Amino acid sequence: MTDQFEPRLIGFLCRWCSYNGADLAGTSRLKYPANMVPIKTNCSGRVDPTHILKAFKEGADGVLIAGCHPGDCHYINGNYRTAGRYPLMEKLLEQMGLEHGRVRLEWVSAAEGEKFQRVVTEFTEEIRALGPLGWGTQFHDEAADGDAAEAAREAVPA
Amino acid sequence: MSDKFKFAMYWAGSCGGCEIALLEIKEKIVEVDANYDVVFWPAATDFKYKDLEAYDDDYIDVCLFNGCIRNSENEHIAKVLRDKSKFLVAFGACAVMGGIPGLANVADAAEIKKLVYIDSPSIDNPEGIYPQETFEVAEGTLDLPHMYDTVKTLDQTVDVDYYVPGCAPEAHQIAAVLDVVTAALKGEGELPPKGSVVGVSPKVCCDECERVKEEKKISSFKRIWEFLPDPKKCLLEQGLICMGPATHAGCGARCTGVGMPCRGCYGAPDGVVDQGAKMLSTVASIVDAPTPEEIAEIAATVPDPVGTFYRFGLPVSLLRRAKV
Repeated sequence: MTDQFEPRLIGFLCRWCSYNGADLAGTSRLKYPANMVPIKTNCSGRVDPTHILKAFKEGADGVLIAGCHPGDCHYINGNYRTAGRYPLMEKLLEQMGLEHGRVRLEWVSAAEGEKFQRVVTEFTEEIRALGPLGWGTQFHDEAADGDAAEAAREAVPA
Repeated sequence: MSDKFKFAMYWAGSCGGCEIALLEIKEKIVEVDANYDVVFWPAATDFKYKDLEAYDDDYIDVCLFNGCIRNSENEHIAKVLRDKSKFLVAFGACAVMGGIPGLANVADAAEIKKLVYIDSPSIDNPEGIYPQETFEVAEGTLDLPHMYDTVKTLDQTVDVDYYVPGCAPEAHQIAAVLDVVTAALKGEGELPPKGSVVGVSPKVCCDECERVKEEKKISSFKRIWEFLPDPKKCLLEQGLICMGPATHAGCGARCTGVGMPCRGCYGAPDGVVDQGAKMLSTVASIVDAPTPEEIAEIAATVPDPVGTFYRFGLPVSLLRRAKV
C-alpha cells in the first residue's frame, strides 16, 4: 500500500452510449483505476447541476459526465443541453475558487471502450494531482459552538 | 404590564429594509399595536440588550428576526431571542437563506478584510492597519463583534419556527402572516406546522407573472440597460436572465410587472434543493444554436453565475468555498 491520495470520483454515464462504452471496456478486459463510482442516467441531459454539486458536497473530488456524441442522442438533443450547462458550471465553480477540471464532460459512444478507459485514467490522475476538494467536511465550520467560534477568532488575523 | 401579546423584531446582518417592509402594512400597524406590546425592536424602540436578556424564557410571543448571522453579536442575540421567544420567525431573505450579504461566502473574513482595508483602490493605508476587535481605554476594554468567515442563515444557528422569505417580504403577505399568528395566539385559529414557509403562494413566480410566455429559445443574453424590453413578452424569452422559473411565488411578480427580471428573493420553490443550480440548468437549456460548441459559447457569456443564480441563497446552497 502506498499512501498516495486516492480521489473519489462520481461518473454520470448516459445509459445509451457511455454506460455501454464502460461495459465494453469491462468485457474487453481494459484496465483503468477503480476510483470512479459509475451512476447510470437516462441521458447526460438528465444530469442536473444539483447532482454535481451534491456529489461534491457528499465528498466527491471530481465529477465526470459522459454522454452520446452530438447528433447521437437517444432523445435527439439532451446532450446539447449538457453542452450548455457545462461551461456555466465551470464558471460557477471557478467563482467559488475551485480549480478548473473538477467537472469533466466527455462524449463516449457505446463503441468507445478504449476512450472510456483513457478518460477515466486521465481524469483520476488529474484529480489526484489537484488533491482532495474537502467540501464534505467544510461548513458549519465555526460559530457552531462557543469553542469553535473562539478558535476561529484566534485564527483570523486582526 | 398590559395583557397584550409581546412582539419583538430584530435586525442582524441586514439593511433595514425588512423593518420598513413591516410598516408597509400601513393602517394594519394599528391593529398590531392593539394586539401587541413591542418589547424589543432596536430600529424603532429604545430597549437595550440587557433588557432583553432580563426577560423570562418564552416571554416574547412573536419575534420577527431579519438579517443573516455575520458576526458574534448576531449569533448571540439570535440565541437570546430563541430562548425568549415562543415563535421565532426568520423574516426576509437574509434570515431565511442568507440574502445579499451571503454572497460574501465566496471569500473568508481574512480575504474580505484584506480587500476592504488594504487592496481597495480608494484605500490609503500604508501601514496596513486593520480594525481591532478590542481596544483598551481608561474606562476599560471596548470591543467589537467578531466577524465570521461564513455568513449563515438563522436556522443554521438556532431552531426556527417559521420562514417568511422575500427581499423584503411583501406587505400583503406580512399582513396575512400577522393575522394568522394573532388569531392563533387568541385561540381563534390554528398555526401552520412548525417549519412552514409562510407568506408565500403556491407554485413559482412565473405563475403570478402576467407576461405572455411562449417557447423559450435564446440566442444571446442581454442586460437590462442594453434595450427596452417588450412590455408584454416574457423577459426570459427576450434574453434577460429572469429567476422566475426557479423562484417561489408570493410576491405577485411585481418586479417583472415593471420590466425588471426576477432576482429570486423568494427563494427556491417547494421541492427544489438548490435554486441556483436549477436556474443554471434552465438557462443553459433554452440556449438555441445549431452546434454544441455554439451553445457552450453562448451559455458561457452569462456574467457572474454566482451573483446571478445565487443572489440571495448562497449560504443555503450546495456550493462551498474552495479550501484556502
